Amino acid sequence: MKHILAVLVENKPGVLVRVAGLFARRGFNIESLAVGRTMDPGISRMTIEVDADEETLEQINKQLNKLVNVIKISNLTQEPYVDRELVLIKVNAPASSRAEIQQIVETFRAKIIDVSLQSLIIEVTGNEEKLEAIQSLLSHYGILEMVRTGKIALLRGSKTTKNGEVK
Amino acid sequence: MKLTGAQMVVEALKRENVEVVFGYPGGSVLNLYDVLYDSDIRHYLSRHEQGAVHAADGYARVTGKPGVVFTTSGPGATNAVTGIANAYMDSVPLVVFTGQVATTLIGTDAFQEADMFGITLPITKHNYLVTDIQELPRILKEAFYLATSGRPGPVLIDLPKDIQQQQAEFVYPEEVNIPGYNPTYEGHPGQVNRAAKAIARAKKPVIYAGGGVVSSGAHELLLKLAETTGIPVATTLMGMGGFPSDHHLALGMLGMHGTYWANMAVHEADLIMAIGARFDDRVTGKLDVFGQNAKIVHIDIDPAEIGKNVKADIPIVGDVKLVLTELLKKVKPKEHKEWLARIDEWKKEAPLRYNQAEDGEILPQYVIESIYNVTKGEALIATEVGQHQMWTAQYYRFKKPRSLITSGGLGTMGFGLPASIGLQIGAPDATVFCIAGDGSFQMNLQELATAVAYKIPIKVAIINNRYLGMVRQWQELFFNKRYSSVDLQKSPDFVKLAEAFGAVGLRAEKPAEVIPTIEKAIATPGPVVIDFRVRPEENVFPMVPPNHAISDMVRGE
Repeated sequence: MKHILAVLVENKPGVLVRVAGLFARRGFNIESLAVGRTMDPGISRMTIEVDADEETLEQINKQLNKLVNVIKISNLTQEPYVDRELVLIKVNAPASSRAEIQQIVETFRAKIIDVSLQSLIIEVTGNEEKLEAIQSLLSHYGILEMVRTGKIALLRGSKTTKNGEVK
Repeated sequence: MKLTGAQMVVEALKRENVEVVFGYPGGSVLNLYDVLYDSDIRHYLSRHEQGAVHAADGYARVTGKPGVVFTTSGPGATNAVTGIANAYMDSVPLVVFTGQVATTLIGTDAFQEADMFGITLPITKHNYLVTDIQELPRILKEAFYLATSGRPGPVLIDLPKDIQQQQAEFVYPEEVNIPGYNPTYEGHPGQVNRAAKAIARAKKPVIYAGGGVVSSGAHELLLKLAETTGIPVATTLMGMGGFPSDHHLALGMLGMHGTYWANMAVHEADLIMAIGARFDDRVTGKLDVFGQNAKIVHIDIDPAEIGKNVKADIPIVGDVKLVLTELLKKVKPKEHKEWLARIDEWKKEAPLRYNQAEDGEILPQYVIESIYNVTKGEALIATEVGQHQMWTAQYYRFKKPRSLITSGGLGTMGFGLPASIGLQIGAPDATVFCIAGDGSFQMNLQELATAVAYKIPIKVAIINNRYLGMVRQWQELFFNKRYSSVDLQKSPDFVKLAEAFGAVGLRAEKPAEVIPTIEKAIATPGPVVIDFRVRPEENVFPMVPPNHAISDMVRGE
């Protein structure tokens, strides 16, 4: 089962390699990873998506907690949450198919952020389903290159991750 | 007060009451050694950095204080890696300082540069690369705190040369503030209650005691718990001495080379109380049948150990000492006559035994039991790794905590000799034996020079079977006696070798010479190496073949 973990870490050199190394060394798989600063410049938030059964998830949680620079881990998938990911897609777009592509972009509420004679770069934000749908449609025109940020997520409502801690 | 980085380190050592440093100087720690030159801290110069770390490890295990190590950058630091990994696996508190090239040179493949932060990430409890002298006082304070609190372990500080030279205001923090680090010491009262109820209900209970009993200083509480509840106690290799081996409730060691009765008791138990232990594969054998009939109580300070290998029915995260204190308030006196009688039958069925013929070859077990008899079990023992290590666990009946210093988790050949040096430094009045194999002795024998230089009177008993004995045993049992690369016939003459180092060398070749030679070694001042020429193809039994249930033991001839 997939889980999204919000991991608050001290913003110190090497902390990413500590977390990534732990996953590699203990044979845990990272599905996606996004890192950025929080409102507190001393603390970063890692959003890690993992595919793990209950026991493995418990070990991931405990082993992460053992890292001195890890402050808190919350399993967002235990509560209602929203998640988003941003993708940039460079798609083959000669004049003949440009109109169709623009229609797709509109339907998905995506944005064209770069235009050249032969190609477009499309920016699209959404959950995994939406991103896969647009990717699948655009693949008919030929995707030249694509980059994804990895998932980020928050709990729904006024609840913050403080209340959603994994035991 | 303004201090250089190097001065800060030595000042912090004083504040942390560090009396002893083990190390080896070099280009990147000249400043540190220059400050050390004026201080009262005793420095022991090893002959290899691995030896320095193992010595610090032995010192830490016997004293309970953190071991401190200095090495230079690059090869000096990488040489320390095995020692650090060893301490990490056995949860030994160390603070290791490695010199590093100047911050301006980091990342340029400079002379004697190695990425120690990266290399030691997976083998330290925590590590630091100091890039700003302002942070050094805090890092020093944190390092000692992390190494010694919670589940102890090694902490490494990589210290660039220019940071050692720079000056800054030094204020040693009174307290640490590490938001992500809050070890749990007190056991959950509800869980402790449940454990007490499980004890009250159990008919065939067993305690499985590990190194956590020793490191938290809970041996007396364990004894009280066992005596009150009548529960027999099996110990792991790391737990040896945590419960007196001569006690009527002592089952000896469990696991791969544990006693038959300890393993049978654990296999048939209806309650297993794992205390400061981590269900290592050498203990559990085949995991899915381990303790299959038992309710499992697991007490450990590291939450990540609970449920890692074996699912605990009653998990208790906390310091063994505090948890047992609470548990003792809840348990009622009990006896288990039938259960103990059953265990006794197993004991009679397959006792530990060997048959030393008077005119035959010396048996290794006889040497170890003789060391026990001659020293009345009062000697402190360090071992290397292999057959002799298992025989030591079987035949030296440890009575006191911190009396066996051995490499449990990593199984590091070459650990014993340097560790025995650190052990003797930490316990200067004790009789210290290093029980070694001829193979592992040769892995760090250069440290004999350290022992001679500082007149450290360790007695090294080489159980010399002219083989890599444990590997040969596996080849005999599981590879059809195809003895691939285990022949050590062409080893040096250990008596002459000892003499060349300035130590005393003795040899025993007949059973009748064993006891007099041990007595002579003890009576001889300074380091002594004894070459016990033992039967080459003796095996360690009983034995649980790999991936078998622990009840499935090969008992031997």
